[in-house]
Amino acid sequence: MSPALDPVLVRELVPAVIGVLVRRGADFASAEDAVQEALIRALDVWPDDPPRDPRAWLVAAAWRRFLDAVRSEASRRDREDVVDAEPSAEAVSGADDTLRLYFLCAHPTLPPAAAVALTLRAVGGLTTRQIADAHLVPEATMAQRISRAKKKLEGLPLDRPGDLGTVLRVLYLVFNEGYGGDVDLAAEAVRLARQLASLSDEPEVAGLLALVLLHHARRASRTGPGGRLVPLAEQDRSRWDTTLITEGVAVLQAALARDRLGEYQAQAAIAALHADAPSADETDWLQIVEWYDELLALADTPVVRLNRAVAVGEADGPQAGLAALAEVPDDVPRRTAVLAHLRERSGDLDVAAGLYAEAARAAGSVAERDHLTREATRVRAARQEP
Amino acid sequence: MKYLLLKHYRGGPTPAHGWTPMDRWTPAEVDAHMQYMSDFADRLRETGEFVDSQALAERGAFVRADGPGRPPVTDGPFAETKDLIAGWMVIDVESWDRAVELAGELSAAPGAGGEPIDEWLEVRPFLTGVPGNDE
Repeated sequence: MSPALDPVLVRELVPAVIGVLVRRGADFASAEDAVQEALIRALDVWPDDPPRDPRAWLVAAAWRRFLDAVRSEASRRDREDVVDAEPSAEAVSGADDTLRLYFLCAHPTLPPAAAVALTLRAVGGLTTRQIADAHLVPEATMAQRISRAKKKLEGLPLDRPGDLGTVLRVLYLVFNEGYGGDVDLAAEAVRLARQLASLSDEPEVAGLLALVLLHHARRASRTGPGGRLVPLAEQDRSRWDTTLITEGVAVLQAALARDRLGEYQAQAAIAALHADAPSADETDWLQIVEWYDELLALADTPVVRLNRAVAVGEADGPQAGLAALAEVPDDVPRRTAVLAHLRERSGDLDVAAGLYAEAARAAGSVAERDHLTREATRVRAARQEP
Repeated sequence: MKYLLLKHYRGGPTPAHGWTPMDRWTPAEVDAHMQYMSDFADRLRETGEFVDSQALAERGAFVRADGPGRPPVTDGPFAETKDLIAGWMVIDVESWDRAVELAGELSAAPGAGGEPIDEWLEVRPFLTGVPGNDE
């Protein structure tokens, strides 16, 4: 395969090409549309006729499409001023363009699903069809979602620093969407987080990158035959990707050395402690509890409290875990599953089996439901053994 | 022709025989059941008869409008409902007979003691989007 045809390399060109069009005077929405059309054309013709300079090809094709679109609009409205607009005099690097696209696509005014779709298209360089397939919705629905998102952004300047928090949240959402259609969204999120970390030296960006690297490293071991879920304690650690773990730990250490702790760094620190344990039994739960305390100080949410209760249960025994769980509201997802686990460890197998079954009925995914059902049967079977 | 195979949490005709809830099976019985379901779907993918399959959570509610300017009315969560859908599979097959044959196979998934569960599945043909012949 010629380098021009590597889909990832092609995708990497997209934000820079959008940036070029915007600097030539195109508005963001039209520039983004034009680049998407050029991208689809490129995927179609490049396999037979690879360009010498892929980036220049995309810029030329996208600019032509933009002008065509403006001309057809101009018959109805006078938009000649846009065509004649001088390129911005301000010298802007491609890197700055890309960073601004991250901020714009994850703008706080956008609903998360729309921000995810727009980020995947304008920054990630995916086609609408790929994004639609990954989310199991019709292509027309996804196209509409993206175009409505862009309408919301109309008139927003592309030259302001944005809200880094929403950018990180969007990338984390993409990461957790995992795998759908022919696109590996988790891998795409890792790529985007790496790119963002090369553009911004905020420690939390490094924290997010470390977190997704450390989680991604465990992916192969997380599902068993038939797609069944394998919990952390039972994962085959020899299948963890040590290269990703080493990278994640190095990124995290550099971020922590900056001494500006944030939620993603704290979560990555917990993931690093799991990655560091040769076996589940050797996990340093005391340190993990300390990191949950840090996390709680940064963001006191019911989900953090729930996860902390699990860690306390491992560090100080199930009774301590149950005491910590008592502070978690009843309606937090997965609370019943955690309660089941802690009751099982306290030896209340009957109660635990019933709780696992109850947790299975409230599960949010088929894999989780099936896993919890299996846990219920496992505990019942253990109870019946002499 | 497309057919909807509907699985119910409850409802439908009287069950053929007693039913043990899945969380009271043995772990191996659960595995065998899951494997059967996933093999069944894989086989239909290979024959080109599989369209879609989705599972539904038990929670949910009935909702209706209550007139302009008023918030919708909700009822539920299904406390009084006799019938509750658990999920579906959509298949695209040659005939009604084939749809019935496949539904029969799916219903025979192994359960407690490795015995077929013989649950009722509802089979419903799709109305096509193609207009009838007007000649």
